Amino acid sequence: MRKNFLHEEPLVFEYPFSDKSAVDFNSPLGDSENIGDLKRTTPLGLSSLSEPEVVRHYTRLSRLNYSIDTGLYPLGSCTMKHNPRLNEKMVRLDGFMNIHPFQPEKTIQGAYKAINLLSDWLIDLTGLPVVAMSPAAGAHGELCGLMCIRAAHEHNGESKRKVVLVPESAHGTNPASAAICGYSVESIPCNNRGRVDLQALNNRLGDDVAAVMITNPNTCGLFETEALQISDAVHNAGAYFYMDGANFNAIVGRLTLKQLGVDAMHINLHKTFSTPHGGGGPGAGPTVLSDALAPFAPVPFLIKKNKKLCMVEHAGLKDSKLSIGRMKGFHGQFGVFIRALSYIMSLGGDGLSQVSGDAVLNANYLRVKLSKYITPFYDGICMHEVLFDGSFLDGSGIKTIDFAKAMIDSGFHPPTMYFPLVVEGALLFEPTETESKQSLDELIEVVTELAKMVRKEELTEYFDQSPINAPRLRLDETHAARNPILRWNPDPLLKAAE
Amino acid sequence: MRYLPLSNQDRESMLNTIGIETIDDLFDELPKSEVPQKLPSHKSELQVDRELSQIANENLPYSRVPSFLGAGNYCHFIPASLDYIVQRGEFLTSYTPYQPEISQGTLQVIFEFQTQVALITGMEIANASMYDGATACAEAISMASRINKRSKVLISGGVHPHYIDVSKTQLKHLGFDIEVLEPNIFGKEEILDKLDTDLSCLVVQNPSFFGDLQDYTAVANECRDKGVLLIIVVTEPVSLGLIKTPGEMGADIVVGEGQSLAGPSNFGGPGLGFFASLQKYVRQMPGRLCGQTFDKEGKRGFVLTMSTREQHIRREKATSNICTNSGLIALAFSVHLTLLGENGFNRLANINHKNAVELSMRLKKNNKINVINSSFFNEFVIELPRPAIDIIDELVNLNILSGIPVSRFYPNSPNLSNFMLVAVTEINTESDLDLFANALNEVL
Repeated sequence: MRKNFLHEEPLVFEYPFSDKSAVDFNSPLGDSENIGDLKRTTPLGLSSLSEPEVVRHYTRLSRLNYSIDTGLYPLGSCTMKHNPRLNEKMVRLDGFMNIHPFQPEKTIQGAYKAINLLSDWLIDLTGLPVVAMSPAAGAHGELCGLMCIRAAHEHNGESKRKVVLVPESAHGTNPASAAICGYSVESIPCNNRGRVDLQALNNRLGDDVAAVMITNPNTCGLFETEALQISDAVHNAGAYFYMDGANFNAIVGRLTLKQLGVDAMHINLHKTFSTPHGGGGPGAGPTVLSDALAPFAPVPFLIKKNKKLCMVEHAGLKDSKLSIGRMKGFHGQFGVFIRALSYIMSLGGDGLSQVSGDAVLNANYLRVKLSKYITPFYDGICMHEVLFDGSFLDGSGIKTIDFAKAMIDSGFHPPTMYFPLVVEGALLFEPTETESKQSLDELIEVVTELAKMVRKEELTEYFDQSPINAPRLRLDETHAARNPILRWNPDPLLKAAE
Repeated sequence: MRYLPLSNQDRESMLNTIGIETIDDLFDELPKSEVPQKLPSHKSELQVDRELSQIANENLPYSRVPSFLGAGNYCHFIPASLDYIVQRGEFLTSYTPYQPEISQGTLQVIFEFQTQVALITGMEIANASMYDGATACAEAISMASRINKRSKVLISGGVHPHYIDVSKTQLKHLGFDIEVLEPNIFGKEEILDKLDTDLSCLVVQNPSFFGDLQDYTAVANECRDKGVLLIIVVTEPVSLGLIKTPGEMGADIVVGEGQSLAGPSNFGGPGLGFFASLQKYVRQMPGRLCGQTFDKEGKRGFVLTMSTREQHIRREKATSNICTNSGLIALAFSVHLTLLGENGFNRLANINHKNAVELSMRLKKNNKINVINSSFFNEFVIELPRPAIDIIDELVNLNILSGIPVSRFYPNSPNLSNFMLVAVTEINTESDLDLFANALNEVL
């Protein structure tokens, strides 16, 4: 007998097989076939359910998820902010949703206008002259920026530059993207203030360095106060300055990147500009480029000809001589663009600087309130996220992951754990600006209570076992990795019986 | 400002707690001077709705006129329940399921998605999705090279030109030697002679970019003999409801674009790259994988697994730099396949095929139109007596979105200017076919 309000939902394949379908069709317009000898003769093994069964299946599954709509989601570096429903409504307008990427240009001037409007906003907000719209996500934007950098070096006869410098606190995608661009990667240490060690950077810079990738604010939640010196040093060494824009939410509307000497930066529309994360995508990573890199931007891009917008789709043409080529099918993440545009128009320039203001205010409020109980990595003003280390757990036998899992039992999604790698047992909280003071106070109360329990040192078991109130207890991830079962298979006994 | 819950009173009291006077004090460390200038102010929901609707109205959506557009992005009917499910906040506003105890909804969906992709492609395993078909194609080439440690790549001229371009860009600096065959518009490509023992992989597409269907079984056998991995691209997965699976033909890796099943065109993005292969290659697969396991009570559950291949652990040694997948579009794709089920999927494919054949027969009645393909699924190429781009333009004036000029994709092949790609799906009606055929009779 089931003893839980939430249902245990089988896989769709575990419902009985029949000839049912949840979709009824009109008759075909003709009867002839022209498929050669390619017709499939065996069934695929898909499920067979009616519409009510399908709707219930997914609705039940949805209830097993934590989401922003249900609670504060303080995952550091992920910017889990409220996703306005207006954005969803706008992307579903007939004139945006039901247009095909290869319609004649005169039938899609509105789409071009919308893309152009968003580009203009991104250009104005960053102060850089050009934005490559097509990258599909942050890491894809990194690759775009680095490829433009590589193309620029090659164009300038600087092909010998083959090293990218990345701080040890960087997102793992930075070195991975550099490697895909054919570069070797070297780490730059941080100083004891959690910032890039300028001296170490200066020592390493030289004529073999192609680019330096810096996240700012960095993954410790701190502004790189020596950003100007860093960009000067990078440029003096003949390299380009890539800024990882994952944390743009902290500074949007408060400074331009031009003044920081940035040559390329991707903007995660699914972070700063509130397009939904959707359980892990889709995102979009438009990448702004400096004058030096602009000629190398990937296709497609829009240009204005005789007051009309048109799209340059191929590299090597008059307007795209130096382009690195195409990075993505069709014209980029259009549906994500519309959502971001709807959000940006809603907030406006004044709203966006209030966004960064409130995001940083919320993070600092958490920092001050929680610092009495758990140990902040850095004792001073942070940006939009606040980093704690695991030292408050020392001697208790409780690990960071146990502490995080215990938060689940009190109704909260845990913060990012064990990242950045430079901090032992890291807990990185990013509340975002869309949390009220009341919801922050609830989180503070939960974390405070748990931290007090750690100090009492009598409740290790509580942490070991948590979560106990979630749809699942802790899952055996080692088993999953060692014996990979990556799909449903028909029960071999049943199959034999057939 | 409707998205910001802090009241001024809250802000005051929080600033007090922090021990500073104003919010601007939090930004003392930022360099002073330039801030973005002259930006419009915030707007009401009503105002944004009005302005964006006005821009949307400048487009001519295919929902309002007869439309025959494909070339890797197909217009299908999307059941209402699909969008309801996709808009459930628990799916829409959750993140990558890093905390599996409170993400079983997303994880089970991914597990079902992986299974469905494996089933319809006839492959053993599939990943949790990639950005789109084109980037998945590039990742597949990269994966093949990790498996057989070779770097020569042969791409059929029947592969979508965007997939070819994206692969070339993405693999540019990784030491690949890529040969692309001429646009295979007449379906007469001689591939077998070109297979060498130093070739890493062969990339073909079925149905091809020009709509042709081909059985790649013989090619697959030859590939296997020479240690060449066969990558089959599928840009119209609805075809798999009717035709032999790539797995049955002997593919090693199957990649493609899932948009056609997942939702409307959306001007081409966001899409959904699906990626399937054989079990033995699992450790070389890019992207996220969801696996089955058990919790402490022995209840079945799902987790992201084998993340040791991924960038957050392996950094520059990762199999790929991809971090985001296409979660929500994968959900939509999966829901649609669940709604259709085995029978519905087959029936949908059948209708698409028969509707396309019907249009081709009507067009053939006009002796100025030459239907090129001998067999096809729901898309074919016609040859016209003058440039397709002009005819398409004339047909737009008659309120028909007729097709796509092949020349759009091959700027260096002027000889292709009279060819037009035409796709037909279940959304087309009897009167659509009539209007199109009659309009062509009129303008030709």
